[in-house]
Amino acid sequence: MSRCLGDRSIDHVLLERGEIAHTWRTERWDSLRLLTPNWQSRLPGLSYNGDDPDGYRTVAEVIELIANYAKAISAPVLTHTTVTSVRSTETGYLVRTDRGDWICRAVVVASGACNIADVPSFANKVPRSIMQLTAQNYRNPEQLADGGVLVVGASSSGTQIAHEIRRSGRPVTLSVGEHIRAPRVYRGKDLEWWMDAAGVLDERYDEVDDIARARRVASLQLAGTPDRSTLDINALTEIGVKLVGRLGGISENAKAQFSGSLRNMCALSDLKMGRLLDRIDEWAQRNGFDARANPPHRLPPTRVEPAPPLGMDLASGEIKAIIWATGYRPDYSWLEVPVLDRKGRLQHDGGVVSSPGMYLMGTQFMRRRKSALIDGAGDDARDLSANLMSYLDSSVAGPSKS
Amino acid sequence: MVDAGSIANNGVNVAALIDAREALTEAPAGAQFKWRAACEWKNGTHSQSTVEGFYGLGQEQHHKRTFAFDADHPELFASEDKGATPVEYVLVGLASCLTAGIAAIAQYRNIQLRSVTATLEGDMDLQGILGIDNDVRNGFHGIKVTYKIDADAKREDIEALVAQSQKRSAVYDIVTNPTNVTVVVD
Repeated sequence: MSRCLGDRSIDHVLLERGEIAHTWRTERWDSLRLLTPNWQSRLPGLSYNGDDPDGYRTVAEVIELIANYAKAISAPVLTHTTVTSVRSTETGYLVRTDRGDWICRAVVVASGACNIADVPSFANKVPRSIMQLTAQNYRNPEQLADGGVLVVGASSSGTQIAHEIRRSGRPVTLSVGEHIRAPRVYRGKDLEWWMDAAGVLDERYDEVDDIARARRVASLQLAGTPDRSTLDINALTEIGVKLVGRLGGISENAKAQFSGSLRNMCALSDLKMGRLLDRIDEWAQRNGFDARANPPHRLPPTRVEPAPPLGMDLASGEIKAIIWATGYRPDYSWLEVPVLDRKGRLQHDGGVVSSPGMYLMGTQFMRRRKSALIDGAGDDARDLSANLMSYLDSSVAGPSKS
Repeated sequence: MVDAGSIANNGVNVAALIDAREALTEAPAGAQFKWRAACEWKNGTHSQSTVEGFYGLGQEQHHKRTFAFDADHPELFASEDKGATPVEYVLVGLASCLTAGIAAIAQYRNIQLRSVTATLEGDMDLQGILGIDNDVRNGFHGIKVTYKIDADAKREDIEALVAQSQKRSAVYDIVTNPTNVTVVVD
């Protein structure tokens, strides 16, 4: 967004509570790799020219990418500046920070969708002897005592964390709710390549049937595996991860209860993946890619044992740690403008927030299916900076420190 | 309790139940039952389920006749209201199970029942099943069962009857604890 604002000579400032790429520096586990391939992290004026286009960046490489880009575009970033409140004024917004206030005509909320790990309320019933971490503060298996680990959530984070902890030798139980299975490589190409080429990632928010639903959908169960292997539930079963259904609750006497819907959760996921692959195959056939790619194939169904356990005694001592990989929610506690709905979600139309001069960036399916990807920022910023510019046309004042 | 020496009569053959319990203790394979229902879609949200055969005591068994249950949605959901809603059948199942248990346990404890009535209420937020809010569950948020029991017993004995009935109720267990459900398409 800064690059696009700069292209339009719009005077602006970026407020960053820590260093550039703060969350990548502070809220990621050690082994994480970006789940999109190197070639795909395109930013306005920047494309990948390294020698490993199909690889996946490590956390350090993602930090480097973002920091180098900020330097390349001379982004006016004020680091170690925490926004404490944003409120409306007669001419725009008053932005308070721990290092002075700003008066501006427009605000872009790019604080992310993953600020707070969304842990279910019954987590307070977990015995104190069990260590509890989230996908946000988990770092590596060495943090954990020896013994059993319950990983709750089987989307991208939960499956990767379950995999790594199981590989450390610990018994792992994975609680599986709704998730979307996806092969890392399909017909010889990265799944992201197909989704990019077939236009799936470019689908707009105003073209899908039910955008509220599309924004809620779990992220694909993809992992940036160095060997490009698929990390799905079958792969976890193969290394001895035990599957249970969605964690429904924990009783006062520390009995965890799992839903009996595991089979259906896996069936739904297999069916969804099938529809995505059908769409890719249809696109490949229509566009003459059948000759250039490997033949279509389908993955074997997700295996579920006949009667998965429905309960677990958390007081038995068998489980030493629980990792909550149950999703995130944004933190808008500093946003004192009435733009949140009754559930605390920011109301916007493709990133144009209901309060004039306020914009959003980088949330799930904000404007396009790729909006939450690094690769989605460019197109969204081009659109929204144009909208912002026309909004500013009635004014000549840039941001000023009061 | 009834006077010493007199025998309560709630119409439950406790002797037969005790015999069955002893027989099945000796031959646990006979205790393996399969309860069955069949369902046929009629039109709209109307379906008719039937119950006739079941399996138990090592062989196929049959009810005296086929019982039929129409289920539908009420007219305010633009349906034709040809039967109770499926969730009301869940309440019916829970009520019937707990009430049968109360009668049997009262008989066993020699408590004469004069009347037993129950009202049930399940709270549901339709934002769940309508897909309006993913944080709202589809099913009941809670079920309230209220019993009025007139019996020859002290209040605490009646309360103990109701508590024991919950402890031994199949439907109470089904609605309070998770169950693996396998749905296949032939």
